[in-house]
Amino acid sequence: MSVLIFIDHADGHVKKASLEALTYGADLAKQLGVAAEGLLLGTVTEDLAALGKYGISKVNQVSNEALNNLDAQVYAKAIAEAATATGATVIVFSHNQTGKAVAARVSARLKAGLVAGAISLPDTSNGFVVKKTVFSGKAFANVNITSPIKIISLNPNSYKITAGEGAATVNQLSITPDAAKVKVTAVNKVSGEVPLTEAEIVVSGGRGLKGPENWGILEDLGHALHAAMACSRPVADAHWRPHHEHVGQTGVQVAPNLYIAVGISGAIQHLAGVNRSKVIVVINKDPEAPFFKAADYGIVGDAFEILPKLTEEIKKIKG
Amino acid sequence: MKILVCVSKTPDTTSKIAFKDGNAKFDDAGVQWIINPYDEWYALVRAIELKEKNASITLHMVTVGGADAEPIIRKALALGGDEAIRINADSNDSFYIASQIAAVAKDGGYDLVFTGKETIDYNGSSIGGMVAELLDAPYVSLATKFELNGTTATVTREIEGGEEVNEVALPAVVSCQKGVAEQRIPNMRGIMAARTKPLKVVEPVAVDALTSVVSFELPPAKAGVKLVPADNVAELVRLLHEEAKVI
Ligand SMILES: Cc1cc2nc3c(=O)[nH]c(=O)nc-3n(C[C@H](O)[C@H](O)[C@H](O)COP(=O)(O)OP(=O)(O)OC[C@H]3O[C@@H](n4cnc5c(N)ncnc54)[C@H](O)[C@@H]3O)c2cc1C
Ligand SMILES: Nc1ncnc2c1ncn2[C@@H]1O[C@H](COP(=O)(O)O)[C@@H](O)[C@H]1O
Repeated sequence: MSVLIFIDHADGHVKKASLEALTYGADLAKQLGVAAEGLLLGTVTEDLAALGKYGISKVNQVSNEALNNLDAQVYAKAIAEAATATGATVIVFSHNQTGKAVAARVSARLKAGLVAGAISLPDTSNGFVVKKTVFSGKAFANVNITSPIKIISLNPNSYKITAGEGAATVNQLSITPDAAKVKVTAVNKVSGEVPLTEAEIVVSGGRGLKGPENWGILEDLGHALHAAMACSRPVADAHWRPHHEHVGQTGVQVAPNLYIAVGISGAIQHLAGVNRSKVIVVINKDPEAPFFKAADYGIVGDAFEILPKLTEEIKKIKG
Repeated sequence: MKILVCVSKTPDTTSKIAFKDGNAKFDDAGVQWIINPYDEWYALVRAIELKEKNASITLHMVTVGGADAEPIIRKALALGGDEAIRINADSNDSFYIASQIAAVAKDGGYDLVFTGKETIDYNGSSIGGMVAELLDAPYVSLATKFELNGTTATVTREIEGGEEVNEVALPAVVSCQKGVAEQRIPNMRGIMAARTKPLKVVEPVAVDALTSVVSFELPPAKAGVKLVPADNVAELVRLLHEEAKVI
């Protein structure tokens, strides 16, 4: 019996979302009184034993470079084999892009019930009940997993990473992956920017900024905070900003510690993508803007006057 | 070439979210039902575009739902496509739903199965992957672009902080999101045509659910916004730093 945590990586590094999953899985293993082990498919440049500091005793690896590209079919088979080999009774994924591609496949393969988008540890007092977001962040469902093997994919940014002392043993699994049917022919990443779904702070602009030429003052604030940039849907639709920055029901869903919305009215479909943020700050010249109802802090005023001052003040404390 | 598009019925995006029966069920009083936006705007429209370019493509859609899902599937047929299949079952277990879709997909011998990125009520992002596994087919999720080229497809998918271009062998399952197509509105001709298109009802295959919803809950109400005067921006920064401790 063990909790097996899938460790996702890119460009040779373990993703932050997986560190959350590791901490979560280790805490869950403690709750269940079983061992916590990691599983990494492919290769990374960092030291795997060091992942022990997140509370796992062992890292299982299928050290095959072909696995550095995601083919969900190949991954699912390898993960299912690893789960069987390690005697896993719970498998934990991050509900990030990779988790969304793979966890469901593993679930169908092992006939193991899946709760996708979990936000906290299961309640095991009566069954195995996991809380997840539903209705695009507007509500939660408590879902009981009734199968012997259970799979949880954890919403990014919903579990705090804790690192202590300790090293994990590294165990090579002899699993031969199938030939991939998905070939990666190009990767286009925006370099030097904080990926939106991993960011702790997100600075977002709406139609209130009037045009793409005005984004400089918002980007200045973003840089001062080391934040990722986001925007409302009409802003992306008008090509003021790239599509991958569009947040909301139909765009990216984020849950940072701090979401700063500037010149965004706060339509329900926008809120659906951002209402899991811990703290929301709204800057809008209209005191009646619906966003203020969902906000923790706000300033009623003109973004063009407020933004430069705000950046100034932030720089003072960030030194 | 045969394409199957999975469509589901969801409450309209502006619906009030409330629960009944001791928080065990979604309260659908006064709720307007729509086709899940990802299914309608992206998966279905892209499949229709492919058929418009190549008339030999057969386009079917499938929904797992009760008779109350029929208006939704008629609306989907009004946008395009040849035939709809309703699997007569109601469930919110992803594995149960996926098993139903996979059974129909296997029978129909589809080259391509499209789903939406996620349902806006259940937010599972799971059905596509499960169907792919049950069909033993490759799966590309969160597609933002989709092109067919004979026996393969070129799919651009979302990754953290960017995109990746995939070449995938057919048959395959693809989950679609924004970028794949542009929303369309059904026209009168489409609505008339939809009335005579076949809507087949099939009974579900026997499958055990792997999960069950125990209860729903609403998030705790926000304490209310703390407003800072526009001429005192420093105070906002102080609050974020000292009180909220987020910067
Ligand atoms: C099914 C569906 C799905 C949708 N999905 C999404 C989604 O995923 N994401 C999304 O964002 N939207 C989505 N929308 C659109 C959504 O309903 C709103 O139309 C949109 O969010 C509005 O964008 P906005 O706030 O930037 O613009 P507006 O609504 O035009 O608001 C602009 C705001 O800027 C303020 N303002 C103007 N000038 C200034 C100034 N100088 N300083 C400060 N404030 C100023 C105004 O007071 C106003 O509140 C969806 C809609 C539908 C129907
Ligand atoms: N009841 C259903 N009937 C048909 N397709 C569905 C159903 N539920 C979900 N889907 C499809 O699966 C996708 C992902 O759903 P989910 O895993 O619930 O987020 C949706 O966008 C639909 O395309």
